[in-house]
Amino acid sequence: MKTNGSQNQDYELLPQIAFRAQKNWRGHVWTFVRKKPLGATGGLSLIVLVLTALFAPLIQTFDPLLQDIPNRLHSPDSQFLFGTDPFGRDMFSRIVHGARVSLYVGLISVTLGTTVGTLTGVASAYAGGKVDLLVQRVVDAMQGIPGLILILALVVALGASLNNVTIAIAIAFTPRMVRLSRSQALMVKQEDYVLAAKTIGASSVRIILRHVLTNSLTPVIVLATGYLGTAIVTEAGLSFLGLGVPPPHPSWGGMLQFGARQYQEAAPWLTIFPGTALTITVFGFNLFGDALRDSLDPRLRGR
Amino acid sequence: MQRYLVRRISLFLPTIIIASFVVFGLMRFLPGDVALVILGGDAEQEGFYEEDIENLREQLGLLDPFYVQYGKWMWSMSSGGYGGESLFTNEPIGEIIGRRMPVTLQLTFLTMTIAITISLPLGVLAALNQDRWPDYLARIATILGLALPNFWVALLLILSLVLFFHWSPPIIYVNSWQDPWTYIQIAIWPALVLAWGYSSYIARITRSNMLEVLRQDYVRTAYSKGLAQNTVVWRHALRNALIPVITLAGGYFDSLLGGTVILENIFGMPGMGQGIVQAAVVRDYPVIQSLALLLVLLALGVNLAIDLLYVFIDPRISYT
Repeated sequence: MKTNGSQNQDYELLPQIAFRAQKNWRGHVWTFVRKKPLGATGGLSLIVLVLTALFAPLIQTFDPLLQDIPNRLHSPDSQFLFGTDPFGRDMFSRIVHGARVSLYVGLISVTLGTTVGTLTGVASAYAGGKVDLLVQRVVDAMQGIPGLILILALVVALGASLNNVTIAIAIAFTPRMVRLSRSQALMVKQEDYVLAAKTIGASSVRIILRHVLTNSLTPVIVLATGYLGTAIVTEAGLSFLGLGVPPPHPSWGGMLQFGARQYQEAAPWLTIFPGTALTITVFGFNLFGDALRDSLDPRLRGR
Repeated sequence: MQRYLVRRISLFLPTIIIASFVVFGLMRFLPGDVALVILGGDAEQEGFYEEDIENLREQLGLLDPFYVQYGKWMWSMSSGGYGGESLFTNEPIGEIIGRRMPVTLQLTFLTMTIAITISLPLGVLAALNQDRWPDYLARIATILGLALPNFWVALLLILSLVLFFHWSPPIIYVNSWQDPWTYIQIAIWPALVLAWGYSSYIARITRSNMLEVLRQDYVRTAYSKGLAQNTVVWRHALRNALIPVITLAGGYFDSLLGGTVILENIFGMPGMGQGIVQAAVVRDYPVIQSLALLLVLLALGVNLAIDLLYVFIDPRISYT
């Protein structure tokens, strides 16, 4: 059947193509687990975290806000798994509910910052000229302000609440996103397919959304995943300073502030458990983010 | 060099001006009336009159147009008034800064000294022993240093000092010049906690840069002409690996400042960070905006200093 070389090559390629097409999401996940065991561990802890947050009311052993004064500062046992705080609230249930606060702040602030930042950055790169210059000056200035200071000022101005803390963290994150997506878009802008789209009469909005944006996305996703852990620690830090999520809400940082200092000798569990939950979460996000970065963008490997 | 300095500093100006707009705008334009906050919130409950509010607003200059208020503030900042006085303690902000700035500067200096003395040798050691146990140990220590939230580490540190040594750091702060020994007992802990995070970051970059540099031709040349390993590593390789390390270490300075804000509060050190948080809790607007702007200036100044450091480390770089 051999007639010429090219046909022969086509035949040899066929099974491979078929195999690749068959590789479904399960195959991808399995490859990821095998190649990046640490990243997979991180991913697993994140799945546990998300499930905990989703099913918090089912997992809790007590109402996280229920004050059981006779049992205040009760040490951990089979009834109060992680002990109780100075108001007699069950620490286990509070930590389970704290996962909701952390995930909420992390996911919403990063999504918000990424959306606004990417759109601004890409539009700024595409517009060029004075608009671009102005946007860059503002971004420079915002980045010149140390992150936590900017967030503190924002929280003071907006008032401390769950949503305002989220917004403040998103605003502090936005300039970095603007800068990254702008530099990406400047590269993509030079590509031939953008010129081609322009030639066939595509509108600016269409070019930005369909071509420039989609082709600048990989590093954006990498930076966004990397920032999730930072956002969660920042929220915890703010709540720890008493400027974050206000008290009845069970925030891990707030739990560390409340009682952990005063009762550190009498009740070390007040310090140990919320901090461990926070650390595992941040660790999970970092490991998962690193692995994702390596898989998506080999150029950044090892940085 | 001089021309470069002038150009570089003139680039700061727009940054500082926009940053001051941001800080000032946040304090003035977002909801929350300063006068109401001072008088204690609800008019009917507290029993004061509309006139009181108007008088106070007048007195604070809140009735002036935005640009007049901003102008007054900037003028005061640049002429040594530092934006007037605290709304609550009536202490001049200049005095607050004079009292608090040295505390923060000393803490950052101590942290950076510890971080650099640990991280550079650690990074080099890890690179020289790639994929052997010193490298693994260094990697574990640095991954932990980056992932553990510093305020939790600080709490655990205090907890373990109390539990295992029945000792806790002195609660009342003393000036480092008056009583250096007590000062060290207080400041060493936040400095160590911050330095762990900071040196993890520097050590990782040092390691990856050293790995790259050690594979360069000139390193092989240095070895083959018979130089001792120490000379090659420290004089030839490390010096070339340092430039990106310094750049990134400067970028991390922001996080260090953020860290001092939290740790000063934990260890009761009366620095800028503690000041800004205390002012934030009671919404002492003038204090917040002046301290914030000064911290911005500090961060920018450090970045400038780092740019100038290049000249001393790498003779190939000269700003002419």
